[in-house]
Amino acid sequence: MSEMTYRDALNLALKEEMRRDSSVFVLGEDVALYEGSFKVTRGLLAEFGEERVKDTPISENTIIGVSVGAAMGGLRPVAELMTVNFALLAMDQIINHMAKICFMFGGQTFLPMTIRMPGGGGSQLGAQHSQSLETYFMHCPGMYVLYPATPADAKGLLKSAIRNNNPVIFLEHELLYNSKGEVPEDPEYLVPIGTADVKRPGEHVTIVAYARMTVLALQAAEQLAEEGVSCEVVDLRSLAPLDEGSILASVRKTGRAVVVEECWRTCGLGAEITSRIYENCFDILKSPVKRVSGLDVPMPYSREIEKICLPRSETIRQAVMDVMSGAY
Amino acid sequence: MEVRLRTIAPDQELLKFYEQMYISREFEERCAEQYTKGHITGFLHLYSGQEAVSVGATAGLHRDDYILSAYREHAQAIVRGAEPRRVMAELFGKATGICKGKGGSMHLFDPSLNFMGGYAIVGGQFPIAVGLAFSARYRSEDRIAACFFGDGAVNQGTFHESLNWAQLWQLPVLFICENNFYGIGTEVHRSSALASIHKRTCGYDIPSEKVDGMDVMAVYRAVKYAAEKVRESGHPYFIEATTYRFRGHSMADPAKYRSAAEHEMWKARDPLPNYARRLIEEGIATREVLEAIEARCQTTVDEAVKFAEESPWPDDSAVWEDIYV
Ligand SMILES: Cc1ncc(C[n+]2csc(CCOP(=O)(O)OP(=O)(O)O)c2C)c(N)n1
Ligand SMILES: [Mg+2]
Repeated sequence: MSEMTYRDALNLALKEEMRRDSSVFVLGEDVALYEGSFKVTRGLLAEFGEERVKDTPISENTIIGVSVGAAMGGLRPVAELMTVNFALLAMDQIINHMAKICFMFGGQTFLPMTIRMPGGGGSQLGAQHSQSLETYFMHCPGMYVLYPATPADAKGLLKSAIRNNNPVIFLEHELLYNSKGEVPEDPEYLVPIGTADVKRPGEHVTIVAYARMTVLALQAAEQLAEEGVSCEVVDLRSLAPLDEGSILASVRKTGRAVVVEECWRTCGLGAEITSRIYENCFDILKSPVKRVSGLDVPMPYSREIEKICLPRSETIRQAVMDVMSGAY
Repeated sequence: MEVRLRTIAPDQELLKFYEQMYISREFEERCAEQYTKGHITGFLHLYSGQEAVSVGATAGLHRDDYILSAYREHAQAIVRGAEPRRVMAELFGKATGICKGKGGSMHLFDPSLNFMGGYAIVGGQFPIAVGLAFSARYRSEDRIAACFFGDGAVNQGTFHESLNWAQLWQLPVLFICENNFYGIGTEVHRSSALASIHKRTCGYDIPSEKVDGMDVMAVYRAVKYAAEKVRESGHPYFIEATTYRFRGHSMADPAKYRSAAEHEMWKARDPLPNYARRLIEEGIATREVLEAIEARCQTTVDEAVKFAEESPWPDDSAVWEDIYV
């Protein structure tokens, strides 16, 4: 184990996988010479050279399309979209091509490709640069969607993504890049896709969260423990497929659930998870499920009002208290 | 003065061109019939009239070269070597189809033939072709990517993004525009500021040329030359082949937007009878030889229809196959 940041853990995952497999290459806007707008690709050009670390034009749809073609041709592209917001320009290649090709061509080809996308709100970047679009990707079959909360998971999940033979959307939270944690040094350390992780065991309430929401949920749980409420924090890690078994097992144990999502509430992933809890655990629930979500508005710039548009540890704490007291 | 055919290719090759064009036409006309009978459903875009482009171009490529196309691609798959019966079965939606009935008319694919797909989002194939060309160079493979598309596709962002990218990264992509002068019902002058499509590559400094897409030998020579250029230099190249579709955009389109005079003008340039006449005039084939070829094609297509009819539907379980999440 060694302590490192989320950014460095991602960087290490990229380096290890590029050393391990010469068919892995990295492409994206400003990833080579500039070493990435969040510096996740630092040192890659120096170590792996121009043919494996490629700056691209500002052509998001074509970045993904070229990755699709390269994957079809036998390579393992790891594309970086500068931020998830720009993935909207690439939705045609992501949804209409990447996610369809294996199925619609009758399984005659597969696409071992990963798309990394930094995202999330909370940095006063305004309406066009603060979005949480995870639900957009989860909705469409044909691609995995991963979103780590810790440096260790960041490393283990990215390595699993790169080794996977099918398309992976790999989301990274911009506010987590500097967060630190213990990371296994073993170059064979992999986090399996499709498994949630109980980041804190507890008895009274299950908090289902992911990425930065997990960090906030853990802060809330810490505070609540002092107040005598024991929370179990289930970190999804993998949004598609959802680890329904782990979510339901925890809710069956505690009998109560709070679901936290950074994205907009309407049709957000919290709605999907809540529905699955009701469908499967209705009989044992001690109180209705509560959701904590991003507000259904474009993100305002001003720090003081941006704050209220996003879940906070305080709103999570309040939701847990509501669930405990039966106040809705 | 037309160049004499024998100076371009051996007799056997010249006859093969006729056979490929003929089976393409026959296949498409039988598709129309099967659509009318309700055996083929959904969208059906026929290639009749454009055969010289696919046949000439495919002959100008190597077997290892990738081919990508749009949704008007039955003939392109067959000319590349796909079995007509498996293509027909795909159109019928049967389990024996080239994509197990999961693709349909617009999504033919066969990696064993390096036929890397029919795509139904206009302009979707451009970046994928660029990516395949990149993989070929990365893996030091001796192959290029040939990307077919229509005149309508050149106004998509991916067209410009991909031309720029292919030239910037110096990738072996041969762009082949099949300019049939219409994108559904919109004539090219109503959609493109610069309707002379091959000139558009100036902005990316990609060499380009225009060729008569109703003349199989002209297409063959142009593509053979261009493909070798691309192979040797590793740089992209662009061909615009002017052609015409004799039918509507799809089976749903009666093509009322085109005048009878225009249609007649192009009909007179039908690549099949014109090429047949040249074969006879230059003493390469007799009428009887050509009739034997035609009969053979008809039998193949008859058998394809029969095979498709008799093939089983996919199992319901197929919907959960070839998908991972
Ligand atoms: C992105 C997208 N927009 C619109 C359509 C609908 N559409 C299908 S074919 C077509 C015309 C394309 O014309 P062209 O590229 O000239 O090809 P042709 O049909 O003539 O072979 C249109 C607009 C589509 N399939 N994809
Ligand atoms: Mg057209």
